[in-house]
Amino acid sequence: MKKDIILCGVGGQGILSIATVIGEAATKAGLNLKQAEVHGMSQRGGDVQSHLRLSTQPIYSDLIAQGSADLIISMEPMESLRYLPYLAKDGKVVTGSKPFVNIPNYPEEEALQNALKQLPSLSMMDIDAVAKDAGNARGANMVLLGMAARHLQILNADELRDAIRTIFARKGDAVVEANLKAFQAGLGE
Amino acid sequence: MKKLLLGDEAIALGAIHAGLGGVYAYPGTPSTEITEFIQADAVAQERGVHSRWCTNEKTAMEAALGMSYAGRRALVCMKHVGMNVAADAFVNSAITGVHGGLVVVAADDPSMHSSQNEQDSRFYAGFAMVPAMEPSNQQEAYDMMQSAFELSESLHEPVVLRIVTRLAHSRAAVEVHEPVEMKDLGICQERWVLLPGIARTRYAALIEKQAEMLSASEASIYNKVEKGQGTLGIIACGIGYNYVKETLGDNANVLKVSQYPLPENAIRQMAEECSSILVVEDGQPVVEQQVKAMLGASYAVKGRLTGDLPRTGELTPDNVALALGAEQKERMAASAVVAPRPPQLCQGCGHRDVYTALNQVLATYPDYRVFGDIGCYTLGALPPFKALASCVDMGASITMAKGAADAGFHPSVAIIGDSTFTHSGMTGLLDAVNDKSNITVVISDNLTTGMTGGQDSAGTSKYEAICVALGVEPEHVRVVVPLPKNMEEITRILKEEIDYQGVSVIIPRRECIQTAARKAREARKAKENA
Repeated sequence: MKKDIILCGVGGQGILSIATVIGEAATKAGLNLKQAEVHGMSQRGGDVQSHLRLSTQPIYSDLIAQGSADLIISMEPMESLRYLPYLAKDGKVVTGSKPFVNIPNYPEEEALQNALKQLPSLSMMDIDAVAKDAGNARGANMVLLGMAARHLQILNADELRDAIRTIFARKGDAVVEANLKAFQAGLGE
Repeated sequence: MKKLLLGDEAIALGAIHAGLGGVYAYPGTPSTEITEFIQADAVAQERGVHSRWCTNEKTAMEAALGMSYAGRRALVCMKHVGMNVAADAFVNSAITGVHGGLVVVAADDPSMHSSQNEQDSRFYAGFAMVPAMEPSNQQEAYDMMQSAFELSESLHEPVVLRIVTRLAHSRAAVEVHEPVEMKDLGICQERWVLLPGIARTRYAALIEKQAEMLSASEASIYNKVEKGQGTLGIIACGIGYNYVKETLGDNANVLKVSQYPLPENAIRQMAEECSSILVVEDGQPVVEQQVKAMLGASYAVKGRLTGDLPRTGELTPDNVALALGAEQKERMAASAVVAPRPPQLCQGCGHRDVYTALNQVLATYPDYRVFGDIGCYTLGALPPFKALASCVDMGASITMAKGAADAGFHPSVAIIGDSTFTHSGMTGLLDAVNDKSNITVVISDNLTTGMTGGQDSAGTSKYEAICVALGVEPEHVRVVVPLPKNMEEITRILKEEIDYQGVSVIIPRRECIQTAARKAREARKAKENA
């Protein structure tokens, strides 16, 4: 089995933390993994993406081929659409619904919603609001990870919870619990 | 033991485990994380491995050569354009030769994710006539450090380790071993004095070593032949190998190249067995040109020069699959509603206030130019500021402003960051002082090397003293605090200094908001733990 995932958002939104948690879970589960990140200038409020590849078989390429991503996980609705050429025919899009507007020509709400509606498979949630309700305003990325967990298949929710515990352990129990709560809110079970 | 490591981190850990004595570097994407990893590593700290940032790539290269002379293993890391800065020392280090192993990591940036050009550092290795290694994955990056140091010490020559962005910034599991002892060969007993008479002898010795370098490549475990079906031969260099394997699996005639000079025998053998050769290499067509020259005009060699692969930009699984004639997967069209989202200066960043003030003052002149430099503040070229006329290379703001002023143009303003100023701006400022050039230099000092993530800046707290020492009149070295509330004072001072006939320096100084926030977080954490 293999899963090719595009993680995306705007620089500073915390997509690398999602990648780190999935990476930890995958390593512990004995999966092969490659994860290409964007460092440097784009992190300053520009579009950022990470190619995350998980497989039970050896992986060669650090990058995902177009037309083959199983999942696009996006912090932001317009950014989820930026990588559509990478999405497989039966691929899914999981995205936060709240626009991050830091450019003058951000698309109109209606045009954006229409484009999102045309996707073959979309789950969308106001991850900022859900995180806030869960008492962890900075945990939107973990809410998103919870949403994505329903589609990951190659890793289950318990493996991801364990990884959250490991990754955030050095930040203390309170942070771990807050992130687990945010994750659960996204998972919605 | 397996560790999840970026390509950069694998290089760093590989070097430490190979008995590294010191790393010398100036930050530059995509190479920065190598030195940062060594700075934070417990084994390196315990052993006292040198890891402080250098002022620029040339000082880094020279200090590493000195450490090699003293018998330790030294590592130099830079982005590809840093090789231009280090080139004088680098090329001559092949003539002097080395004592302790010396590895030069050049991190190339095809597609210019964070750079001004796509230059290929394999040319530099060939130019200096030293071996180069090019890992195809994170494991090789780790393993190669040991091999590269050994090769360097056996040949008494520096070895280039060439990587590209996609390897530098991609993570994978790496099997790591126990660190070997820090190597110490003792001080070199030879003299490395490149007077012409001596340099001629050493150059002849370097030429003589070429055969040995070639044999090392022919025998290298990193270069390997795989046999498959069909009449096409594929030479796959560095990470190009991954895209070939991703497309064709084990069913292809592949020569994987990860060590240079090119293994000629293996290439001639492939040419005999195959009817044509496709060269898959990231960066410029370095290997394609050499293979063409080797096999002659009648043999079909394909690659970037023939258009089978794009002439510019990085390799991708898609353009390699296309070159291999593989069936393309069905894909969705790009969405029409998506707008570009370029990077921008952070909200609250001091550079913003500097540009607001500059634009306001300069708008009162009939014409003007602001010559820019390399750093976060290059983003001042984009809307809303659109302030810059140029950005060329580290330090060029001051010297270009000087050249324009020499031609009689005024106002001729340079804007340069604090770290870029000490990297390559000081010499240009001295030229301007000596020529009494009518320029205004803005050293936008955020107390850090911001764009690469907030590394220490070599000149922090020394800028006024440096400018005065270089001969700028003390009354024309002005310091301001770039905040909206100080706009009146900043614009007044800018106007005064632009109107002053001569060299003036304005230093807007306010800490980078990213490093300030990080320090606040760390202080809070320290307090909690106390």
